[in-house]
Amino acid sequence: MAFAAFSTTAPTAQEAAPKRKSVIALVLLLPGILYLVLFFLVPLVSLVITSFESQVDVGIYAYAFNWQNYTDSIAEYWPQIIRSFVYAIIATVCALLISYPLAYFIGVKVRRWPLLQNLMVTLVIAPFFISFLLRTLAWKQLLSDDSWITSTLKGLSILPPDAHLTGTAFSVIFGLTYNFIPFMTLPLYTTLERLDTRYIEAGSDLYASAWTTFRKVTIPLSMPGIVSGTLLTFIPAAGDYINASQDFLGGADTSMIGNVIESNFLVLQNYPTAAAMSIVLMVVILGIVGFYIKRSGTEDLL
Amino acid sequence: MSGIGATRFRFKGLGLAAYSVLALAFLLIPIVYTFIFSFNDALKNNIAWRGFTLRNWTNVCSAQGICEAFGASLIIGVISTVVATALGTAIAIALVRYRFRGRTPINMLLFLPMATPEVVLGAGLASQFLSLGVNKGFVTIMIAHVMFCISFVVVTVKARVSSLDPALEEAGRDLYGSPSAVFWRVTFPLLLPGILAAALLSFSLSFDDFIITNFNAGAVTTFPMFIYIAASRGIPAQANVVASAVFLLAILIVLITQISSAARQKRLARVQ
Repeated sequence: MAFAAFSTTAPTAQEAAPKRKSVIALVLLLPGILYLVLFFLVPLVSLVITSFESQVDVGIYAYAFNWQNYTDSIAEYWPQIIRSFVYAIIATVCALLISYPLAYFIGVKVRRWPLLQNLMVTLVIAPFFISFLLRTLAWKQLLSDDSWITSTLKGLSILPPDAHLTGTAFSVIFGLTYNFIPFMTLPLYTTLERLDTRYIEAGSDLYASAWTTFRKVTIPLSMPGIVSGTLLTFIPAAGDYINASQDFLGGADTSMIGNVIESNFLVLQNYPTAAAMSIVLMVVILGIVGFYIKRSGTEDLL
Repeated sequence: MSGIGATRFRFKGLGLAAYSVLALAFLLIPIVYTFIFSFNDALKNNIAWRGFTLRNWTNVCSAQGICEAFGASLIIGVISTVVATALGTAIAIALVRYRFRGRTPINMLLFLPMATPEVVLGAGLASQFLSLGVNKGFVTIMIAHVMFCISFVVVTVKARVSSLDPALEEAGRDLYGSPSAVFWRVTFPLLLPGILAAALLSFSLSFDDFIITNFNAGAVTTFPMFIYIAASRGIPAQANVVASAVFLLAILIVLITQISSAARQKRLARVQ
């Protein structure tokens, strides 16, 4: 499964690899690696170059070493930058809290019934099989002002009568959380499914309370799943521009860094600003990811 | 454990079960919504429920541009999947089976596309196409899709190659099989489930991608692009039909694979 991508438990292939003619290895590696260099690495470099360009004419830019693109765009878009990371962090925490009990139930409690376990995993990944955009639009309708959800909440006085759910920070974070729950649940499930329950029994045999056992045994043992799940949720959530878009769940003051990049590149044709914001996003994400991996003690991830 | 403790334990298990059912139901709400509204007798904008009809299912292509968009997504998905699966499988075999220098930078190059936000991947490629003066269209979309699928193929197939018993290939060589015969008659059939899983994953990533495609599509409209463009002026109910049909087909494929692999495991268990 691809969700093992961020997992730390995969055996390193290096020790197992027998010595053989490296010519064959080269033939196998070269096309794919060359492809990634040409269409992943070179574009990143091109993005860095674009981010320093200055404008010559409307929509036309020439190479320069224009640091101001960075300072100007950060000065203009700092609310969107902060918002992206705040929204992404809240959505990641919510997704973790929602997913962990579900993944624990499927991975540990349902172990005795493999068919039921498979069925539940299929239901977790079911949202992948229906268009991401339509799923988000469905929530837009379900949370709209005249929907039964909103009117029930208003009827119960949980919401004031003139409140809106769509177009707010709430609906954007809600959408981000919903859309990335499967990305959180699957890696959690893969580690919890292999969890040796005898460790938990040992915890209770040694008179630890259920909570202490959970905190000191279950959580540390499922750390690889927690790390890969939070990264698989946080990275796409921070760069997302669908949920925050005004045609979907967002409003006038919910736009995120992805919306800034999209509108500057595709609408305003202000390529240097879009490129500078992309580099800012990438650097901050790599910084957070690096710090996080270091803190959670799973440095062999790379 | 005392009787009271046992009851409490069972009760807590029930609470977790109830929670899990609710959480799964929550995940399925938008899918059910999309499916139900594919039967809506909607006019231009499929928002308010106006009554049941089968018309959307029988006249899918009557919504302008929808079948062209679906066809474009299908062609792009198939071609990108074939290319990405071939390139990624070769890398996965090399990584597990061969020793070579430069393994760390190669692993890094494979990991980074998965750790880069899609909007950055999309803007990067688009700025490269811009500086090279390339016209965006089918080819640029496929270049982008192959790029983000390769790493996922490598990860999926690598797991399968690692779990392969080298003794099987040795047996092939001991029986005087030529290297190509050993590969095509022993290694490849054993890798096939992993390769198929990777291909399915690639296809679903490509078929549903909007964020990267939006930057590199030019005048081509894929199915997600169609929905995005329609979102501001009203989605036709036929979009729900297409999405629901794709969903049902995908779920069917997954269930068939699961049932057949469960049956195989049962057979194997009986043999042993």
